[in-house]
Amino acid sequence: MSVRSNASPREPVTHVTAPAFATDGIADAFDYDSARKRARDRRRLLVIFLRVALAVIIVSVWEAGTRIGCYGNDTATCVIDKFFFGQPSGIWDQLVRWVQNGTAQGPLWEQITVTLEETILGFAIGVVLGVIFGVALGRNRLLSDVAGPYIKAMNAMPRVVLGSIFTIALGLEMPSKVALAVVLVFFVVFFNAFQGVREVDRDLLANARILGANAGQLNRHVILPSALSWITASLHTSFGFALVGAIVGEYPGARKGVGLMIATAQGTFNANGVYAAMLILAILAIVAETGVTRLENRLIRWRPNAITDVTI
Amino acid sequence: MTSRGGRDVAIELAGVTKRFVSPSGASFTALRDLDMRVVEGEFCAVVGPSGCGKSTTLALISGLEPPSLGTVRVYGELVTGVTPRVGYVFQRDAVFPWKNVIDNVAIGPRFHGLAGHDANGLARTWIQRVGLAGFEHYYPHQLSGGMRKRLALAQTLINEPRILLMDEPFSALDVQTRALMENELLDLWGASGASVVFVTHDLEEAIALADRVVVITAGPGTVKSTYKVDLPRPRNVAEIRFQPRFVQLYEEIWNDLKDEVLVSYERSKQRVAS
Repeated sequence: MSVRSNASPREPVTHVTAPAFATDGIADAFDYDSARKRARDRRRLLVIFLRVALAVIIVSVWEAGTRIGCYGNDTATCVIDKFFFGQPSGIWDQLVRWVQNGTAQGPLWEQITVTLEETILGFAIGVVLGVIFGVALGRNRLLSDVAGPYIKAMNAMPRVVLGSIFTIALGLEMPSKVALAVVLVFFVVFFNAFQGVREVDRDLLANARILGANAGQLNRHVILPSALSWITASLHTSFGFALVGAIVGEYPGARKGVGLMIATAQGTFNANGVYAAMLILAILAIVAETGVTRLENRLIRWRPNAITDVTI
Repeated sequence: MTSRGGRDVAIELAGVTKRFVSPSGASFTALRDLDMRVVEGEFCAVVGPSGCGKSTTLALISGLEPPSLGTVRVYGELVTGVTPRVGYVFQRDAVFPWKNVIDNVAIGPRFHGLAGHDANGLARTWIQRVGLAGFEHYYPHQLSGGMRKRLALAQTLINEPRILLMDEPFSALDVQTRALMENELLDLWGASGASVVFVTHDLEEAIALADRVVVITAGPGTVKSTYKVDLPRPRNVAEIRFQPRFVQLYEEIWNDLKDEVLVSYERSKQRVAS
């Protein structure tokens, strides 16, 4: 929605029209609008150009660094040692090889699908559990007083370590990876849902009770919608955590997945392989981020535009 | 219209004291030994210095808060939970920001079990009545302050409350919008026959609207005095202020209220100093 539609509805206003100037007025307004549109287009082009330029500069410097100052075949003498830090052209070659010949564990597409499946499952389960527990503890003082310290302690622990436990307990297949993603996602969503419920406007609660809401209606019409903006804000971070959970879960042992590709590349001192896998993950994360933003906009359409517009 | 003798007592607060205890254990007395009665169909304004517990009286009548001592009765029934058929217009906007105009207005009947279609039909008539027709699908943040107040009124009045509680509802509006809203409130009230308790710190507003003005002392609040406002109805709040009787009443009540305002002011100065 544009800025104008936010400002226009006001108390009824009587419009005074002056026919003699009407055409002039419209012509002026049209010129002004198109000039503003041109300026906006110019700026957008500039931003896109600068973005591309930044990427080109970084990749060129990196690539050049791995080729300058080398004595013979000794990569350690170059400005940037490609044995440790990789090389853009090498990363590209690696990606092409993966796409054409597949990875050591099978086709590339299969690895991506497996990791994505683990991520989405972990994300979904973690979000549902986080919302349920967050709302329950947010609504129940006694429960939150009793469980509070334990949840804080668990949150303070480096939970990634649990990946080892899950691999032992749940095996090398998907469940152990999903479990780690769930654990990572749960706490982010839980704390946001909990806080969201606690922050519900007291006047809104009082108003709903006066209007005749029972406990269930209070939850459905006031508490959940109010907490929703907190919960959706946490979805951005928690999808990233789900991906971390899936990847790290594949480290201690797996049969398929992008995390395993990274572990394999690391085992063969293939820096380019690690970077290539990271690039794949980055693309996955960006695609997912767009999806989450779309979901957020659907869920909280009622919010003033100014808040949802804060994106990079 | 001004003669309301012999009517039922709609609201009765008897010997009411309300103490709030903070989590740290400090207690604060908002109201002390307050007696107040509002008869059926009466428009009663409550004025007093800020922090005297005016809003607390509304919380007690609505049943949102129980009294610490004394009793609150509505139509003879002791108030224990949220009072049935009560309406409450809050000082700040309390409409639901995630619902559009029609859903906000229809929510009361929906809470009471009316089907969506019927509730929406009823909501449309109330939206029309408060002058928001055409804005059914706007969200509250897209409306002006005055329109949000109309929305709050429609949301409250659709439940056809017998008792209407208003907590400085127009204090955030500009002067012109405010006079407009006050007149509309008088029209809507005239049609509904509800008993109104209208809390305000604005004495002019209180006299212009009410049948009776109750002056509350600086906190802990109790009733200091009560004045009958014998101005004829229907009234136009923008013009009634120029009538000699209005000025006379204003002077009389202000003399009473002034002392309390000064006490409250002195106390707030001491609090700042200490």
